[in-house]
Amino acid sequence: MIKSLSPGRKIFLSLDYIFLISIAILCLIPMIHVLALSFSSNSAATAGYVKLWPIGFNLKSYEFVTSEPSFLRAMLISIKRIALGVPINMLLTIITAYPLSKSIQKFKYRKWYTWFFVITILFHGGLIPWYMTIYKTGLIDSIWALVIPGAVSVYNIIILLNFYKGLPEEIEEAAFIDGAGHWIILWIIYVPLSIPAIATLLLFSIIGHWNSWFDGLILMNTTNKYPLQSYLQTVIVAHNFTIVSTKNLKDLSEISDRTSKAAQIFLGALPILVVYPFLQKYFMTGMVLGSVKG
Amino acid sequence: MNRAKRLREIPMHVMLLPGVVLLLIYSYTPMAGIIMAFEKYIPSKGIFHSQWVGIKNFIFLATLPGIFGVLWNTVFIAIMKIAAGLVVPATIALLLNELRQQFVKRCIQTMIYLPHFISWVLLSGILLDILSPSRGIVNQLLSSFGLTPVFFLGDKAWFPYTMTITNTWKEFGFGTIIYLAALTAIDPTLYEAAIVDGANRWQQTWHITLPGIKGIVVLLTALSLGSVLNAGFDQIFNLYSPQVYKTGDVLDTFVYRMGVINMEYSVATAVGLFKSVVSFILITASYKLAYKYADYRIF
Repeated sequence: MIKSLSPGRKIFLSLDYIFLISIAILCLIPMIHVLALSFSSNSAATAGYVKLWPIGFNLKSYEFVTSEPSFLRAMLISIKRIALGVPINMLLTIITAYPLSKSIQKFKYRKWYTWFFVITILFHGGLIPWYMTIYKTGLIDSIWALVIPGAVSVYNIIILLNFYKGLPEEIEEAAFIDGAGHWIILWIIYVPLSIPAIATLLLFSIIGHWNSWFDGLILMNTTNKYPLQSYLQTVIVAHNFTIVSTKNLKDLSEISDRTSKAAQIFLGALPILVVYPFLQKYFMTGMVLGSVKG
Repeated sequence: MNRAKRLREIPMHVMLLPGVVLLLIYSYTPMAGIIMAFEKYIPSKGIFHSQWVGIKNFIFLATLPGIFGVLWNTVFIAIMKIAAGLVVPATIALLLNELRQQFVKRCIQTMIYLPHFISWVLLSGILLDILSPSRGIVNQLLSSFGLTPVFFLGDKAWFPYTMTITNTWKEFGFGTIIYLAALTAIDPTLYEAAIVDGANRWQQTWHITLPGIKGIVVLLTALSLGSVLNAGFDQIFNLYSPQVYKTGDVLDTFVYRMGVINMEYSVATAVGLFKSVVSFILITASYKLAYKYADYRIF
């Protein structure tokens, strides 16, 4: 369609571009500011000179944060949590979504099971009974408390089962005639065909585990068992420094509170920034396919 | 034949078993635990031996000064967030849809989706810094225009609006995805026909684009009804302080303080039960509405 644009259209389009680009920049400015702070010198940060570019560039804040044993320990716990939680999460999602995606002719009890799962997103017992249950099952202070109670994500199951439903039935029927059972059909046919959806859910699961902070805060009695986000909640948001090892408390006066917080915020977001490009590649297709049906 | 069919279904029961067991323990047992709301729960006595007090906890709550303020704050903040969460992403998606340079469009999308994936803990760390009245970059900017600094997080009058604006900042980009998907689903021949009929861009937007996304707007509005008691615990818990409790304390933060700080387990559970029951009714109603007006089913 090669047609010259009318002047009004040209003005509208230029304004549209300017507006959207400004909005996009506005989204990132707070983060860029904090990143600049983290690389700035103590005095420049405290005096409020730093805007969007570091002043008095140095890496002292990062050296301080990465030499802090409690920070590293919390980061390790987060990594451990992902290593345990994500595979369990994905396995459960993959195998649970399969029977629920079947028609009632193929799986008679599908409706019963679906309601059993959906009721849990409609009704909650609330904070205290939830805590009591985890306490009674003996998970308090254990890494499994961060993995097992949230292992079944009904939202993810719904996304994947809707994706499964879109797969052609003929392949499955052919495999069935060839003697394949449901387990084989699931692993040989469904899983390979659902890679975009599974990749999306995998990344969501990683991010979900990385970003969780409240369960760590409430289910761990000792702060040295906190995952990173719970640790950062305590140090940055609640200003509770008792969690930081005493040896380093002396250094804290030498390094600006502001720049070290900025460095911790950036390090806390770094894994998200690393997986973000992969995430973007998949989640557009995966999300939309799972949520919007024809 | 029938028996063979039953046998063939066995693996599917096996597949569901782990999920069923985990939900029985960690979702259904807490649901049964709400009977604590009708007891004077004492941890050493346990759920089965604590004294039954009927609705006494609820009466206590109803007479508690400030409880209706908490309820009002919850609904007020939640409704502002819902409204902003419907209007802002729809507008941005419509504007994005006009862009013809795919590279620029993709870059903008990449930038506006990002805050959604950062936790409220980190974003709160950022906001506490940039919104600080003395040293924050936002107030430096305001002063440079000759305006008086605003204590966005510590001022009772500002707090609910600060919550709405910062929540919109985090989520609007991600919210555009569903609208953009709806926009690409509009049949392009409709636009071609409209151009042949001499319709200009505004007329095309008004008569094709807007009706094209009407369904999704109706659907999202209906579904959002279910979250009017969810003001956003993660955000408010990390950003509020005692000086803004009057306008910023919401049901979830109230339950947290009651249960975890004051260790009033039964009272906290009673508030939680109230919230669950109301939310359940609203969510069920919202799914019914979504089904009726947008032909939507979750499964």
